[in-house]
Order: sequence, then structure tokens, then C-alpha cells
Amino acid sequence: MPKTFNELMREARAAAREVWPDEAARLVQSGARLVDVREQDEWEQGHIPGALHLARSYLEQEIEAAVPDRTTPLVLYCAGGVRSLLAARELREMGYAEPISLAGGFELWKSEGRPWTQPKVLTLEQKRRYSRHLLIPEVGAEGQAQLLDSRVLFIGAGGLGSSAMLYLAAAGVGTIGIVDFDVVDLSNLQRQVVHTTDRVGQKKTDSAAEAIRALNPGVEVVAYDEMLAEDNVARIIEGYDVILDGTDTFETRYTLNDAAVRAGIPVVHASVFRFEGQLTVFQPYAGPCYRCLYPTAPPPELAPGCSVAGVLGVVPGTLGLLQATEALKVLLGIGEPLVGRLLIYDALDMSFQELKLRRDPHCPACGDGAAQSGATKAAGASAGTSAPQAQPLVARPLGGAS
Amino acid sequence: MSKVRIPPVLRAQVEGNKQVEVDGSTVGDVVHGLVERFPGLGDQLLGADGSLNRFVNIYLNDQDIRYLQELGTPVSAADTVVILPAMAGGA
Repeated sequence: MPKTFNELMREARAAAREVWPDEAARLVQSGARLVDVREQDEWEQGHIPGALHLARSYLEQEIEAAVPDRTTPLVLYCAGGVRSLLAARELREMGYAEPISLAGGFELWKSEGRPWTQPKVLTLEQKRRYSRHLLIPEVGAEGQAQLLDSRVLFIGAGGLGSSAMLYLAAAGVGTIGIVDFDVVDLSNLQRQVVHTTDRVGQKKTDSAAEAIRALNPGVEVVAYDEMLAEDNVARIIEGYDVILDGTDTFETRYTLNDAAVRAGIPVVHASVFRFEGQLTVFQPYAGPCYRCLYPTAPPPELAPGCSVAGVLGVVPGTLGLLQATEALKVLLGIGEPLVGRLLIYDALDMSFQELKLRRDPHCPACGDGAAQSGATKAAGASAGTSAPQAQPLVARPLGGAS
Repeated sequence: MSKVRIPPVLRAQVEGNKQVEVDGSTVGDVVHGLVERFPGLGDQLLGADGSLNRFVNIYLNDQDIRYLQELGTPVSAADTVVILPAMAGGA
């Protein structure tokens, strides 16, 4: 029996409730899930914050994965309230207990002065390049846009930095800063995969920049061909969202730690030795800092670097990728970053062990005394703390990753 | 007997072992027992006064003993003591 459009609408009104924007807002506040059923181009021109986007044309296919619990109350909206009402009827048929349609749709919502947001629109090229990210709800177009706007600093373009910077460049992190004063050596190539044989002898910053540009020309590379030291660290790290520490020396690690705590920038830390690695995230004041974990550096014979002790080439690659993973989580604000936890990786056993780390209230960099003394306020410190009283451990120049 | 996990940098001092079993009712007993058996570890773990060097962390299972009862923390046979020295390699 053929039906007219008006008959379909009558049936839909009998199957699903319609609410005005004020009630819709109340429902969402009390836990209803907001679903935008408009097409992609309409979504891109503006949508209600927090809404899930499931275009009407894919709604039945995608709703079960997006909202598996059929008792979840749903508030659907389109531009004017017709498509969302028809969609609500479909969802009723699929067994969703409470699909509700926003009468007047997004247009009425907007005209009442209610909040809406316009996502950053990706170019066609970016949509293709990052399509696998766009499919993940935890990243999506908004998360990708966030990555494109983000800035990550690498201390060292060595074994840890190599794999991490390739993947973060591939992921579309907009700006990648690289601090390294060294040149590419043949002995680096067993693990430092960002460099190549024909670039032996080049500055590591230039070599890494070339690899990154070849992989993703949309990434801006900022090269710092200098040693990270007390007198330049604040200038170099300023404005970065996350720092990946892949240096070879304790001095550099302490210098970076103290400055990052002052500036309130999270540091994703990793270090390696032969078949093992350690990984953690130092998020200033949310967890411990490097000095809380290791108040003083060991004597050199107790902590030889990779150039002395050797390292299985894949180990820094693995740890670098774990650093990159943590950096993406911190940038996107998803998951549980490794804050207050230290991961120990043993490649021979293929085991991961986790230890709990605590912020030391007496820490000279981030402890209660350091935060309250207010002796020398660091320029540009976002955490509002004073400079820690930490002393440089040794007087010799600070190193980069070898 | 508690299990003690030896980090790679110290394995040369314990005949290459990754794990060693040591008797003791506190972490301090275990650490001193370990040093007695493998004197090469002495300088690396303990200061002249017998206290733990500050550049070495010791964990009982996954907890830092600095936040338990330090070397006086009781241990049982089911526990693992983890020695964690700082590692600097960026490779």
C-alpha cells in the first residue's frame, strides 16, 4: 500500500517523541546522547558541541557500534526536524527505547542563541591522508585538526627520536621541533631510521627534516642545531605542547626536566640499555618529575650510554613508538597516559612491568617547597611556580643524542 | 627467599643472572644479603654508611620503598624486590 510523505510523518510522530530545544538541552544534560543525522557538509558548517555525527544515510549501519546500549535515550537532530523524526522512527524499529527528535532542528537551536561549534575543515588531501584517523571516534576530524595545530619538540634525533618523529609526522602533528647538534654517523644507522646512508656526515636536524618532509610535507620542521643547555632551554621549549626526551646524558635530562616543570610542559621520557627500556610521562604537578624519580645522577660507570654499552637496534625503536603513542594521547586528551607509572620493557623476555611513581613533596624541582618559595619566577612559566633550586650536576657541556 | 630483579647494568656483578633469590625479613636484609653474596654490588647500591645510594630506587613489587618503610619494609617469600637504577641511553 503506497504511503504519502504526510502519512509517513504521521506514523513517525506516533512512534517517536519530538521536543523543543530547551527540553532537548535538559535531556542531554541528564545523560541523553545527542546525534546529528545531517550530511557531512552540513556538519562541517557547524554542529552542536558534543554531538555524535551519524549521517542519516549511514545511521542504521553505524548506530549499533556507536551506541550499543539500546536503552540509552537519544536526541536526534537534522537541519529542520524532518530527517531526524524519520530517523527516530527507524531507530524505534531497531529496538532503541527512546529516540527523540529535535523539533525545528539545528536551525531553531542556533536561532535561539544556543551553543554550536564549527569544526576546522580538513582539505580533501588531508581527509585522504588521515582517513584512518578520521574513522576512529576518539580522533575524528576534530582530533585530527587538534593534531595539525599541535607542536611537539624532540630532544635528540637519535634512536628514540627516529621512530617517534616519523610516526608523529605521519600522524599529522603540525610542528615538529628537533634539538640536536650532532651529525649522522655510519654507526647510527643500525637503529636511527630517520637518517640514511647517503646523509652520513649531514647535520642530524637537516637529515631528519628531509625525512619528515618526504613523508609528510604538511609538517613544519623547526631545527635547533645546538646543545640543550641552561641558557637556551627556556627559549627552545617555549610554546611546545609536548616534549619527547630522547637524550643520552643525565645532565640534559635534568636541565630539560627543570625547565619543563617551570613551563608546565609534559615530557614523555624514555631511555634504553641493551635489551631494556624505561618509559614514563612527566606531567608537571599531575605526577612526579624526573628529579622525583631519580634525585641524583649515578656515577658514569653505573649508567653507561649506548655508545659504550651497546643497544639492540629495535629497542629504541620500540620505546620511541611508545613515546609517540603517549604523545598522541596527551595531545588528544584520550586514554590513560603513563603519568605516575614507569614501564620497564625487556625485549629478551618480551615482558612489560609497571612500577608506581610518586611525586616527592621535597623535590627541588616540583615539590611543595619549590612551588611555594617564589624566589625566582621563571619567565613564561604557565604552572605559576618558582624556579627550582636544582643545581646543574656537572659543569661540562650538555650533550645531545649520540 | 625473596626474588630480587637485577637490572641489566648490574648483571655482570651477579654472574649474569636476571633474578636472584635472597633470604631476609626486610628489604634491608635482602639488599645486604645480596651485597654479601655479590660484593661487586656494594659500591653501586650502598653508601659508606650502609644506606641506599640516592641514584638507585628499590621497589617492593610495584611500590617505591621510599614511600613504604624504606629499608625496614618487611618482605615475604611471595614478594619481588626490584632494583631500578637510572638509565640515560637515548640510543
